[in-house]
Amino acid sequence: MATEIGLAQGIDLQRSTVALLTELGVPLVVAQVLWMLLPMVAIVLVATVGALVCTWLERKISAAAQQRIGPEYAGPFGLVIPIADVAKLLVKGNLVPASADPLLFSLAPAIVFISVFLCYLVVPFGQNLLISNLGTGIFFIIAVSSIAPIGLLMAGYASNNKYSLLGGLRAAAQSISYEIPLALAALAVAMMSNGLDTVQIVHQQEGLGLLTWNVWRQPVGFVIFLIAALAECERMPFDLPEAEEELVAGYQTEYAGANFMLFYGGSYANLFLAGLLVSVMYLGGWSLPVPIEAIGQALRIAPTEPLWQVVAALLGITMMLLKTFAFIFFAILLRWTVPRVRIDQLLDLGWKFLLPIGLANLLVTAALKLAFPGAFGG
Amino acid sequence: MATIETRAERMILNMGPHHPSMHGVLRLIVTLDGENVVDCEPVLGYLHRSMEKIAENRTVVQYLPYVTRWDYLATMFTEAITVNAPEKLADVPVPKRASYIRMIMLELSRVASHLLWLGTFVADIGAQTPFFYVFREREMIYDLFEAATGMRMMHNYFRVGGVAADLPYGWVDKCEDFCQYFLPKVDEYERLITNNPIFRRRVEGIGTITRDEAIAWGLSGPMLRGSGVQWDLRRVDRYECYDELDWEVQWETAGDCLARYFVRVREMRESTKMVLQCLRQMPGGPYENLEAQRIAGGPKSEWNGAEYQFISKKPSPTFKVPKGEHYVRVEAPKGELGVYLIGEDSVFPWRWKIRPPGFINLQVLPQLVRGMKIADIMAILGSVDIIMGEVDR
Repeated sequence: MATEIGLAQGIDLQRSTVALLTELGVPLVVAQVLWMLLPMVAIVLVATVGALVCTWLERKISAAAQQRIGPEYAGPFGLVIPIADVAKLLVKGNLVPASADPLLFSLAPAIVFISVFLCYLVVPFGQNLLISNLGTGIFFIIAVSSIAPIGLLMAGYASNNKYSLLGGLRAAAQSISYEIPLALAALAVAMMSNGLDTVQIVHQQEGLGLLTWNVWRQPVGFVIFLIAALAECERMPFDLPEAEEELVAGYQTEYAGANFMLFYGGSYANLFLAGLLVSVMYLGGWSLPVPIEAIGQALRIAPTEPLWQVVAALLGITMMLLKTFAFIFFAILLRWTVPRVRIDQLLDLGWKFLLPIGLANLLVTAALKLAFPGAFGG
Repeated sequence: MATIETRAERMILNMGPHHPSMHGVLRLIVTLDGENVVDCEPVLGYLHRSMEKIAENRTVVQYLPYVTRWDYLATMFTEAITVNAPEKLADVPVPKRASYIRMIMLELSRVASHLLWLGTFVADIGAQTPFFYVFREREMIYDLFEAATGMRMMHNYFRVGGVAADLPYGWVDKCEDFCQYFLPKVDEYERLITNNPIFRRRVEGIGTITRDEAIAWGLSGPMLRGSGVQWDLRRVDRYECYDELDWEVQWETAGDCLARYFVRVREMRESTKMVLQCLRQMPGGPYENLEAQRIAGGPKSEWNGAEYQFISKKPSPTFKVPKGEHYVRVEAPKGELGVYLIGEDSVFPWRWKIRPPGFINLQVLPQLVRGMKIADIMAILGSVDIIMGEVDR
């Protein structure tokens, strides 16, 4: 138990940063305000870099799937391509169609983008490596991410374009129908960990490493979550709102320049977020396949050793990113492998298949929790 | 009699001529009720280039470079019909070797056309990747064309009474290599696509045409064979030397997009097998280039005989289309490609009416998409396989 307490304290960047600043003679209040800026910048950076890496991966993996090479000359392995993308889109003119509603048209991408970025607030990369440890973490994500469809609908309606309108309507219908199975799958996990707290969910999976990850205890929920997450991100088998062959680009049709970048970046940030959520909820978050305490004990290192704590935190972040990018790899490979479903098939899958199975899964989880409190988080 | 109207207002959506999946410049005026298609009206003519009128003051040889722009993905067939029509009217015999070379080229062209169709069809449903796989194989066919004709797409290879040039040395081996390589690749596509549940759901039972409807609409090619009619002009008309090959007419009975997919995929296999047979049975010996042999053999060479005379030697700049009129057709990958030719004993034809398969097959589209979803328009349009170059001419 001692190790657990040691890890639970872990690295507390907030305390140490504030302590460092006050030692330097900064007043406590100012130090705390300064501290608040740090994670904000950090999270925006993490989300943006994550999204950029996703776009690069999309190019490279699609190229590999299609027997191409993909970006090659822009930096090593074409790594500079995402930056070139951003630079191009920032420099491009920000067109607003003459007959569009200018206010709603400009507001929509911001709403989508902000709602995605807000979700990163509660995503933990380590014991204390998150912005705010809300008691309602998962609920917060589900609530905030359901603001995005309003932005999509807004974009579709404000563009005054029929393709955009159809795309916006599809986006709204799709988000609403897949939010519910997603929430049900998340609820089953929350039930097992006795709370909606993201850190708590990871802790509850840490016990025996790989063996106690939720993916083994919630296989059905895992699959539901994967499908619903792909649908929420509008990824390939479910990318109907922007189906190129049908709706040109859906709600994005009229967008250009920075506004388009917000949609584009937002969708990849959303994919990255979905990957992070999958790893937090089902793949043990930052925990290693072998419990970190066991490694520490095997190496005869005290868990309170500062260097060891830094190493453990870095290992945790690496694990988290590995799991996340495994999901993203899966999503990208899927995008370049399968055809697109039709809107009625999509809604059928959501309402007639995922929803009942999600409910049954919740019920079974509750029953198992009562029957085997040890294994299913009593 | 007050009733409450709950019906939403219908939306009229103008798809095309610039739309990612309108296969060129087709324009569909679609009436939508939500996601449901109430009506659809194709608007044609954005690629009209007066192909029929141009033919009226061109000799056959002059006109040949134009015809590959009708159906620019199955170019050999347009050339074949352009030389077949005057040939048949003037009763010009075609030497056997030339006929075999023509068959090889036609079947390779059919494979190339079906390959591109497969790529765009699956891309229309949303899977982009197979497009790159089919281009890998199509590229090889075009390399073969380039080696034999000097051009990849606009070959200008067929001539009245024969072909423009004999096959170059080693071409037969290369072609056989391709066929052996290609057959397993078709299996690969099938493994990738055929049993994909999403693909199945998107095409099975979509765009169904019954046997009677297909005949009544005048459909041809895979559209007709997919609906349970065993109608293949290679069998029916017995042109070129198709009778000397061992092959089956591929057909299906369901009449939906999936049936048309099966017909085309199987036709790719069948055509490849036909090419292999042609390569083995080709008269005049498959390995040599006759022109070189003929020059080397001097005037007494057997390759100077009547049986080989039209291969690469006698083009026909002043060939006169004799007086008379008739209709000639070939089985193009898209269906029955025909020409109604009226000659008046001049180097120019008096009338050159083209019957493009895509144009006739496209007529059935509004009936097929009525009552379906928007996404089905793309699946059905993809399965019809139109090329706007030949629809608008």
